[in-house]
Amino acid sequence: MTARTEKKMLAAPTKVKLSTSDRIYYTIVYTLIFFLTVIVIYPLIFVLSSSFSSGQAVTNGRVVLFPVEPSVMSYQKVFEYRVVWTGYRNTLMYTVAGTLWNIAMTVCAAYALSRPTLPGRGWLTFLFAFTTLFSGGLIPSFLLIRDLNMYNTPWALIVPGAISVYNMVITRTFFQNTIPHELNEAAVVDGCSDFRFFFAILLPLSKAVLAVITLYYAVGHWNSYFPAMLYLNSRSLWPLQLFLREILIQNQFSTEMLSTMTDEEILRLQGMSDLLKFAFIVVATVPILFVYPFIQKYFTKGVMIGSLKG
Amino acid sequence: MNNIAAATRSYTIRSSAGRKLGRRILRHWQIYIFLLLPVAYLLLFHYYPMTGVQLAFKVFDYKKGIWGSPWIGFDNFVKFFHSHMFRRVVLNTISISFYSIFAGFPIPILFALLLNSFRHERIKRAIQTITYMPHFISVVVLVGLLFQVLNSRSGLYGSLVNTITGTYPKDILGKASGFIHLFVWSGIWQQFGWGSIIYLAALSSVSPELHEAATIDGASRFQRVIHIDIPSILPTAVIMLILRTGSIMTIGYEKVLLMQNTLNLAKSEVISTYVYKVGLTASIPDYPYATAIGLFNSVINLILISTVNAIAKRAGDTSLW
Repeated sequence: MTARTEKKMLAAPTKVKLSTSDRIYYTIVYTLIFFLTVIVIYPLIFVLSSSFSSGQAVTNGRVVLFPVEPSVMSYQKVFEYRVVWTGYRNTLMYTVAGTLWNIAMTVCAAYALSRPTLPGRGWLTFLFAFTTLFSGGLIPSFLLIRDLNMYNTPWALIVPGAISVYNMVITRTFFQNTIPHELNEAAVVDGCSDFRFFFAILLPLSKAVLAVITLYYAVGHWNSYFPAMLYLNSRSLWPLQLFLREILIQNQFSTEMLSTMTDEEILRLQGMSDLLKFAFIVVATVPILFVYPFIQKYFTKGVMIGSLKG
Repeated sequence: MNNIAAATRSYTIRSSAGRKLGRRILRHWQIYIFLLLPVAYLLLFHYYPMTGVQLAFKVFDYKKGIWGSPWIGFDNFVKFFHSHMFRRVVLNTISISFYSIFAGFPIPILFALLLNSFRHERIKRAIQTITYMPHFISVVVLVGLLFQVLNSRSGLYGSLVNTITGTYPKDILGKASGFIHLFVWSGIWQQFGWGSIIYLAALSSVSPELHEAATIDGASRFQRVIHIDIPSILPTAVIMLILRTGSIMTIGYEKVLLMQNTLNLAKSEVISTYVYKVGLTASIPDYPYATAIGLFNSVINLILISTVNAIAKRAGDTSLW
């Protein structure tokens, strides 16, 4: 049976007669999957609906599934809050610059290490792999950043995490599996240099893996808060996640936000704070959630398998 | 005399091989250009900090820096092993890890097996997209979400219990004993869908003929799961378990730090967060002491992963290296 007929059978399950034991089995499977999916999606829907409800409905716990007394007031307030824009701008800068740097370094390393004839390839690979097994730890890294004068500069968030060995291995495996060595040999015979092969042949053939590691790196930058907390002192450099931490975890709405409000509004703020938190969660998360579906098509089996055995 | 002859012979062999190697290296010079920056990066940001672990055996002198500071031997380690925090942070780290493995390891496998039996392709893809979504949520948002949803008054948890029983439940976020459950299960909620990808990939590479033959022989779908699906993902599962066991002593500080509060500190202080506090946020930061605790942790990790890998190699043919 070819994969296609199998797929056809799968697509039209009603035509296949099921035995009793299979029917029981499928009932259990479908029920379990249904529950797991609901468990995952319900909190997300709850947050989304809450953010579009009124402050009172949220505080009284009247939001269950759909928005109650729908309004977009929370979003107006969130976008009036200046740190949101500061945070967005910084996060965007760190994500774009950091990801470009990541991709350049990772692809270069992966290309070199994917060449089977490269002398010293085993040693060089070990040089990369060993960093996943042992590290100097937090303090020596922190002191290094300070000594390099990167402390409290954007560089501290962009430069140090240049290569994730995991992503490098995915990329290397992709190069090895999808771009045959013979292609390189043929190109060399025709007088193609390694540089030219890299830019004219290898990169255009590797869109799938580039898309996937771009996603990994970009999500990593967008979501990270710890390096920023460690290395950035000035609020004007903070990424969105640090402001979120202040608001969601430490429960602080800065005075800047209060100053734009009337007394009456401040009184209502207690009720508002939960509502605003929901809106903040949505505003900070939606952009990155939207990236995934665009890249999903590249998530082919090949790339995922490559991630496992290098 | 013989020795000299042998030495000369080996020298000539080596030098000719050396010339050959030199030529090979020269021929690949462009490739080495590609490696220039990545290797420089590794040396500066990974290997140079490794030399910083010497700080663990020193007293830090601000003026002289890491290399110039005087040695004190194992004092920092002795101090850590005798401190009351030693037991607490090691125990917390290990218990959180074991709990995560026992609860969290089987769920992605189970989910992949379930999803693999799902017969409506389009719905299946939608379910995959939905269950992958939490993976893209940042830790800050995840913990914030947890606090909002589980708040015993204004949260979903509080209002649900209130509508059913008429009273508000006790607070579960502030309780020290609740920390471990919240930590582990929120992690499972976030990662089980994403974690199933690797098993789904392994399952999709199973030859359809195997299933076909089994069906003709009268095997039910459940029997095919037991005898075809599970054996086919076992090697993957073993590797994942090796990886996971190797990091039993590692719990990232990122999520723990966010979930910590003064009420749950006794149960939530783990090695990595303790290193962070001793080294960087204490009123008098103690770099050598923090480095020593970190080094203790790193060395144990290295031993663990090597041991587990050796065992796996001996037991079967699956291993990391």
